[in-house]
Amino acid sequence: MTMNEATPRTQGLNASAMGVIAAFVAGAFWSLYTAIHAYDAPMRFHALLFTAFFVIGIAQVAAFRPPADRSQYNVKIVKYGVVASVFWGIAAFLVGVLIAFQLAFPALNFDTSFLNFGRLRPLHTSAAIFAFGGNVLIATSFWVVQRTSRARLAGEIAPWFVFWGYNLFIVIAGTGYLMGVTQSKEYAEPEWYADLWLTIVWVVYLLVFLGTLARRREPHIYVANWFYLAFIVTIAMLHLGNNVALPVSLFSSKSVIAYAGAQDALIQWWYGHNAVGFFLTAGFLGIMYYFVPKRAERPVYSYRLSIIHFWALIFLYIWAGPHHLHYTALPMWAQTLGATFSVMLWMPSWGGMLNGLLTLKGAWDKLRTDPVIRMLVVSVAFYGMSTFEGPVMSMHWVNGLSHYTDWTIGHVHSGALGWVGFVSFGALYCLAPWVFRRKQLYSLVLVEWHFWIATLGILLYITAMWVSGIMQGLMWRSYDALGFLEYSFAETVVRMHPYYVIRATGGVLFLIGALIMAWNIYMTARGRVRSGEPEVLAAPAGMAI
Amino acid sequence: MYHQMVHFAGTWGLGLLALLFGIAVIYALWPANREKFRRMAALPLEDEEEPISDKEARP
Repeated sequence: MTMNEATPRTQGLNASAMGVIAAFVAGAFWSLYTAIHAYDAPMRFHALLFTAFFVIGIAQVAAFRPPADRSQYNVKIVKYGVVASVFWGIAAFLVGVLIAFQLAFPALNFDTSFLNFGRLRPLHTSAAIFAFGGNVLIATSFWVVQRTSRARLAGEIAPWFVFWGYNLFIVIAGTGYLMGVTQSKEYAEPEWYADLWLTIVWVVYLLVFLGTLARRREPHIYVANWFYLAFIVTIAMLHLGNNVALPVSLFSSKSVIAYAGAQDALIQWWYGHNAVGFFLTAGFLGIMYYFVPKRAERPVYSYRLSIIHFWALIFLYIWAGPHHLHYTALPMWAQTLGATFSVMLWMPSWGGMLNGLLTLKGAWDKLRTDPVIRMLVVSVAFYGMSTFEGPVMSMHWVNGLSHYTDWTIGHVHSGALGWVGFVSFGALYCLAPWVFRRKQLYSLVLVEWHFWIATLGILLYITAMWVSGIMQGLMWRSYDALGFLEYSFAETVVRMHPYYVIRATGGVLFLIGALIMAWNIYMTARGRVRSGEPEVLAAPAGMAI
Repeated sequence: MYHQMVHFAGTWGLGLLALLFGIAVIYALWPANREKFRRMAALPLEDEEEPISDKEARP
């Protein structure tokens, strides 16, 4: 950029770049200072990671030149998101497979604290939900909001800060778990400094998203963006509400949560269930409402229904959390409230599922010919199935059997592998040729393999967990003629062993599917088409290359 | 304080949220919106036919 090209706009950008650099310099000094004075080794390690991030960030921002033509969509950020999603997906599934085998064969804990199940389990859940799911949501939301608003993504540095900042949060959280850093709240394990960092990143994410919407040329905001926006706003609210904590010291990785007892449990599950509702549901419904019509080349079945779906989901979901606390110290009215709202959630969930499925009206043959649309449609079917199962499990008399057993694990994975996993894979298969500017995927045959191997894996997983969980629940509650418990805890564990092996096998299949996807997307990026693949004559409708 | 909050949540709070939801449903079903929603349903299919907003480049 030469001086005579400078316009008021580029000066503005330079000023914002200077501001970012100034903030990063301050951050670098503060994190270095923290590293020197840290009370514990994990804090020192993380402070050094932050220092490295800020130093590299300063160099990157200083060298950053915005593209000359800003009438084009920002595709590069989505490309990075696709790569990060594939990487974190494989990491998450790999750790999942390891801990599944640990449960079947405890020797695989290897007698070291770093690979202990208790530390690897949050690594798996966070990698799957936040690293894989989060990167998919950020990438797809950046794609969808630009396309449906017909506007370039707001900001030039800000989207990159969101991408790298979010991934730094993932690394801080994940390495923290391995070193034993946790605040012991499920799905909210990261400690106070990681939480604060995520807050900053998330606010910038919200601003980028809102800024893009503000530039839209279409007066109506497309419904997928409503879901994304609900996801971003609600996650911000949940994150701030659940993580109110006082650090032991600014130089310590340990903090104390502000809440205690039943209140703490309620806040935790208000957070925990709405993380499912707004991260794993609302966000991925945003994916559904863009990618299913796009890939099927059919309009949304009913746009009215999508609006009612949205508002019903928003109004109902937020109250469902207490069903995680049945038969606890939580007041009974709150438990009943949670169960009632969970049952009411059937309506928007199934309304949304039908809206997604019926979008294929007139294009059902694509289910046979296009494995990507099949992946998307099966994901919506899994959404229907797990949102049917959830309300059943939220009722007291079912929960009394299912809670604390593997049934819950099976339920979560029919949602996570079937719904979130498959809808993400479908979106990634759509995005790969678009962001790498290729005419077609490397291979649809490999997508076919991915689909069937992963589906088989999910079926093995959830059926094993149903049998194991219900057996476990029945064994726990069975009494002999004299009123004594019939089985010891260890006896249930022995009986569950075969199902744990089946579950781990299912996980291996799911991982193999993801590795096939990684290869497929890598070869797509290289511009290759597998020999024998049907030639795509034209790019998908209107997808100019 | 606790009882007042529970009372408010069970009466006015509930009514307010039900009202807001009712407004959303009326908006979705309002006949004048039909044409707009019909167009919107097909938005993902035609999202790159026009060049994108170039407000940024304007002086």
